[in-house]
Amino acid sequence: MVPVGWFVVVVVLAVLGLYFRGVVGRLDRLHLRVEAALVALDVQLLRRSSLVRELGESGWLDPASSLLLVDAAGQAQRAAAGDRPRVEGELTRTLRAVIDQPDVIAHVGASDLGHDLLVELASSCERVLLARRFANDAIRAATVIHRRWIVRTLRLAGRAKVPDSFEMDDAPSAGLARFEATRP
Amino acid sequence: MRVGLVCPYAWDVPSGVAIHVKDLAEQLIALGHEVAVLAPGDEEAQTPPYVTLAGRAVPVPFNGSIARVQFGPVSASRVRRWLREGEFDVLHVHSPVSPSLGMLACWSAIGPIVATFHASFDRHSRTMWASSWMLQATLEKVRARIAVSEEARRTIVEHLGGDAVLIPNGVNVERFSHAQPLPGWPGESGALVFLGRVDEPRKGLPTLLEAFPRIDADRPGVRLLVVGPGESDVVREMLPARLLPQVTVLGRVDDETKARALASGTLYVAPHTRGESFGIVLIEAMAAHTPVVASDIVAFRSVLDNGRAGQLFPAGDASALAQSVCSLMADDARMTQFRELGDVAVGQYDWARVVTRIVSVYQTVAVPGETVREDDWHGPGLFASRLRRGNR
Repeated sequence: MVPVGWFVVVVVLAVLGLYFRGVVGRLDRLHLRVEAALVALDVQLLRRSSLVRELGESGWLDPASSLLLVDAAGQAQRAAAGDRPRVEGELTRTLRAVIDQPDVIAHVGASDLGHDLLVELASSCERVLLARRFANDAIRAATVIHRRWIVRTLRLAGRAKVPDSFEMDDAPSAGLARFEATRP
Repeated sequence: MRVGLVCPYAWDVPSGVAIHVKDLAEQLIALGHEVAVLAPGDEEAQTPPYVTLAGRAVPVPFNGSIARVQFGPVSASRVRRWLREGEFDVLHVHSPVSPSLGMLACWSAIGPIVATFHASFDRHSRTMWASSWMLQATLEKVRARIAVSEEARRTIVEHLGGDAVLIPNGVNVERFSHAQPLPGWPGESGALVFLGRVDEPRKGLPTLLEAFPRIDADRPGVRLLVVGPGESDVVREMLPARLLPQVTVLGRVDDETKARALASGTLYVAPHTRGESFGIVLIEAMAAHTPVVASDIVAFRSVLDNGRAGQLFPAGDASALAQSVCSLMADDARMTQFRELGDVAVGQYDWARVVTRIVSVYQTVAVPGETVREDDWHGPGLFASRLRRGNR
C-alpha cells in the first residue's frame, strides 16, 4: 500500500523548498547589486566633492565663490550617512549657483588646466546622476521583493534591510552641460 | 577596461543592433579599451579578431519580424565559456529581452552588467515578459539599464519597473556628411532612396511602390534607388513595366556605397509600417544632407522632432506618401530648412559623444577588483551569509 498522503506531502515540501530557495537567491543577488550600486555612488560623490574643492582652492575664482565651494565640499565629505542626501544636494546647488554666474565658465575655461578641470567636473556630475539612478533602481527592485507577503511573514530576507532610496538634487548646471560633449 | 559585448542577432546579417554593437566595439577599441564580442554566426572568415561567433543563427518569428537569433543549451554553455575566458570588468548585453545570446549571457553572469534595450515590445511579448519570474530574476542582475529611445525607455518603465538612462544609438556622422552621390544620381527629375530589407513588409517598400506611379505622374522621370538585401520580385510585381527603367535595385551593399546611396537621393523615404524602435537610418540620411520623408511611427516622430526636421506621413498611407513627396520636392525653401535642421539634429547622435556617455556608465557600475563571474544559480541557500549578516 503506497502511502499517497505522505507522497503528496513530500512533493509539496520539495516544491516549497525550491520556491523558497529561488526567492532567497534573488534576494541575495539584489542585495549584492544594491551594495555595489551604493559603493559606486559613494565613489562618484567623493570624486565630485574633491573636484569641487579643487576648483575652490584653484585661485581662479573670487574669494567669496571659492569659500562657498570649499565649504560645501567639506560639508559633503564630512556628512553623516543619514544626512548625506541633503548635504550632497546642497553641494549641487552651490556648484550650480557659482558656476552659472556670468563669465565664470569663460574665465576658468580660459586656461588649459581650468578647462580640463571643468571637463572633469562635468563628467563627474553626470556620473553622480548615473550612479544615483542605478542605485535607486536596485533599491526599488529589492523593495518590491521585500514587500512580498511570504518574504515578510517567513522573514526570508533575514536581517538584511533595504536602504531608503537616495533622494538628492543632482540637476546639472547649464554652463557645465556644454562640456559634456568633450571626452573625459 | 575589459568590456564584453553580447550581440543577440546574427553578426553576418546587417541589422540595426548588430551594426550598433560593431560600431561600439570599434569606438571602444579606439579609446584603448579591450573589447570582446559574442554574436550568433558561423562564417569565421569575415569576422574581426575581437568577435567570437557562437554558432549558426536560427531565423524565428519574433516581435513582428524574422529575428536571426540563437538559443538552447549548447548556446548557453558557449556563453558560459566565453564569460569564463573573458574575465570582463563590464559585461554589456544588448537586447536582454530578445530570446537570444543577450538573455543567455544575462542569465549566466553576475557582476557589473550593463544592458541596452533597443526595442519596444508588442502586447504579446509584454505579457510574457512581465509575468515570467525567470526573466525577472535574470534582468534583476543588470546594474545599469540604457534605453536607446524614449519609446524603449517607456516600455521599460511600464513593464519592468524602474528607469533607464537614455543614450541614443551612435552614427558615424563624418562618413555620411562627406559621402559623394553615386555616378549619375540623382538625375534631372530627382530621385528617391529606399533602404532596408526588400522582402520584409514592415520596412514598407510596398507602400512606396504603390505611391511611385503617382509621384511619377507629378514628376515624370523621377528615379527610385532601392538598397537592401532580399528578393526584389516585389518591385517587378507591383510596378507597371513602363516604370521599371526608372528603378535601380542595389541589393546588399558595403558601408561606403550605403553612405553614397543616401547622398544620391533628392529625398530619403522611410515608409516603415511598425516595429522600428530607433530611426538610425533617418539620422544617417540627415547626416548625408538628404531630407527625409518618413512614416509617423513613434521612433521616427521623435528623431524628426515631430516633423520639424523632416516630413511625416501616416504610416501605410500610399497616397499621403505620394502627396508629401511631391509637395516637398517642389518646395526648395523647405528642402533647405530640413537640411539645416537635420545637420543640427544629428549632432547628439555622433559616436564621439555617444561613446563617452556609454563609458561613463561602465565606469559607474564597474567596481575595482570585481570582474564578471559565472552565476551558478545554486544560490546561497536558506542561510545566505549576506542576508543573515544584514547590510553594512
